[in-house]
Amino acid sequence: MDSEQTTDRIAALEAELAAARQVQAAHPWQRVQLARHPKRPHSLDYIQRTISGFQELHGDRGIADDPAIVAGMGFFEGNPIVVVGQQKGRDTKQKLFRNFGMPKPEGYRKALRIMLMAEKFGRPVLTLLDTPGAYPGIDAEERGQAEAIAVNLREMSRLKTPMVVVCIGEGGSGGALALGVGDRVFMMENAVYSVISPESCAAIIWRDSSKGELAASALKLTAQDLLRLGLIDGIIPEPGEGAHTDVDQAAENLKRTLRAALAELMALSVEALVEARYQKFRKMGNFFTEVAG
Amino acid sequence: MAWFTRQKPAREQGSAGEQHQVRTEGLWLKCDGCRQVIWRKALIESLQVCPKCDYHFRIDAVNRLKLLFDGPWETFDAGLYSTNPLGFVDSKPYSERLAGMRKATGLSDAVISAGGTLAGRPVYICVLELKFIGGSVGAVVGEVVTRAIERAVAQRRPMIIASASGGMRMQEGAVSLMQMAKISAALMRLDEARLPYISLLTDPTTGGTTGSFAMLGDLNIGEPGAQIGFAGPRVIEQTIRQKLPEGFQRAEFLLTHGFLDAIVRRPEMKSYIAAALDFFCGPLQ
Repeated sequence: MDSEQTTDRIAALEAELAAARQVQAAHPWQRVQLARHPKRPHSLDYIQRTISGFQELHGDRGIADDPAIVAGMGFFEGNPIVVVGQQKGRDTKQKLFRNFGMPKPEGYRKALRIMLMAEKFGRPVLTLLDTPGAYPGIDAEERGQAEAIAVNLREMSRLKTPMVVVCIGEGGSGGALALGVGDRVFMMENAVYSVISPESCAAIIWRDSSKGELAASALKLTAQDLLRLGLIDGIIPEPGEGAHTDVDQAAENLKRTLRAALAELMALSVEALVEARYQKFRKMGNFFTEVAG
Repeated sequence: MAWFTRQKPAREQGSAGEQHQVRTEGLWLKCDGCRQVIWRKALIESLQVCPKCDYHFRIDAVNRLKLLFDGPWETFDAGLYSTNPLGFVDSKPYSERLAGMRKATGLSDAVISAGGTLAGRPVYICVLELKFIGGSVGAVVGEVVTRAIERAVAQRRPMIIASASGGMRMQEGAVSLMQMAKISAALMRLDEARLPYISLLTDPTTGGTTGSFAMLGDLNIGEPGAQIGFAGPRVIEQTIRQKLPEGFQRAEFLLTHGFLDAIVRRPEMKSYIAAALDFFCGPLQ
């Protein structure tokens, strides 16, 4: 068997495996737990394994550097790329430093600054989503959390460079989406992406935030759900019991998806790219009937 | 028979009292701002702004449109109905909730999309209806607003969106979340076409609504006292475990911190917008 055949065979087997896993599909609440698993790989774990010569770039050139978002440049399989990702901490000290992965406005503005730099030099952008949500604090509101997110949504929709988005863990509402507008949007198999956290949803409906398990099912927040709803382009399989059991393999799977996506996107003109991106989001949520009136 | 064992005709008396109260309530009401009693008719004449303390009462989408358009308006896309993409069930099924809301408001969802003239100039206006599930944005509102913006681009007309919304609609999950990106992308096209977009932020404008189209105006105009923010006050209090300062997330707070171009009183709103459009598009001939 030559190598191409081998690759095909591997892909086929993995598809089979994914299908087999589907059958014993985990409960959405288990996915939420996996997405938040203390050992789950975070943005820097993927960057370390995917990007060579990564140089982190700091600051929004306005007020501060937000450690909850890492941004920088490096090389993906020899080609320049810009990476922006939400970053959680692992131990208590790191968690506090990263503000539990909850970005502030300056984080989103830093992200946009670096993405505009990518556009200027014609480099593709990879964004990694992993946040419980945008930071809900007085300072964040004072500095325009809403405005920072809104501007990112608008500007990312016209950025003249290929953009690949991967939700690697928690896709926490608008705070995640503020880095989530791209030409291809993927989710890791056990990642979740939702308009509201299951706990907050439960607090609203049942006035009991411990009923997150029920809310997790109701919200349809798993990768499979989002694929079915036409909101993402694909699911990146995770090894074993989840990405944390074999981070190298998880990164390898992400790499394969990124490689294929970039190959497709780099072949398009920027005009075609931006047009297709508009149409992609334009079609999201065709869940209505229309009667004349 | 002793007087204290006598049976009172309590029923009749009670209902008579109730009737009396209802009549009074119809004529007078207490201002939520200054707690003074005001004559309802005076309040209507002053566009639901308290004549004593300038407190701006909330108004519904239809009254907002009356305030802005010169005369009758044309509505668009009023026949879009959500198909309940998640099959969501909370205290009652979402589809039942929708049916109830439709009956109560006469709208298919939480928005009215309209076209007409404002001080003689043709404009498109979308107004979110707070009474319809808190003015929340789901697939229908996302589509109706996006179509309105695309119509403004095609017809080269100014776009005005008046927000009164708690954010994205939980019952439509990630589908509603993506409407933030969809509407913002449409506004990108309006921006590329160099057409004016005026965002009117009224009480309350919060969550993903503020985090997308409400903050993207060429002009972001707030009504006095309107609550405007991203995270809900209760969420913030729980996170930081402190009481929030007085006036936090009010329009005046946003003006001070640089996120509103102006705060405009309701009686001056139309002339303010007309003047802004004269500036953007040139005075009408």
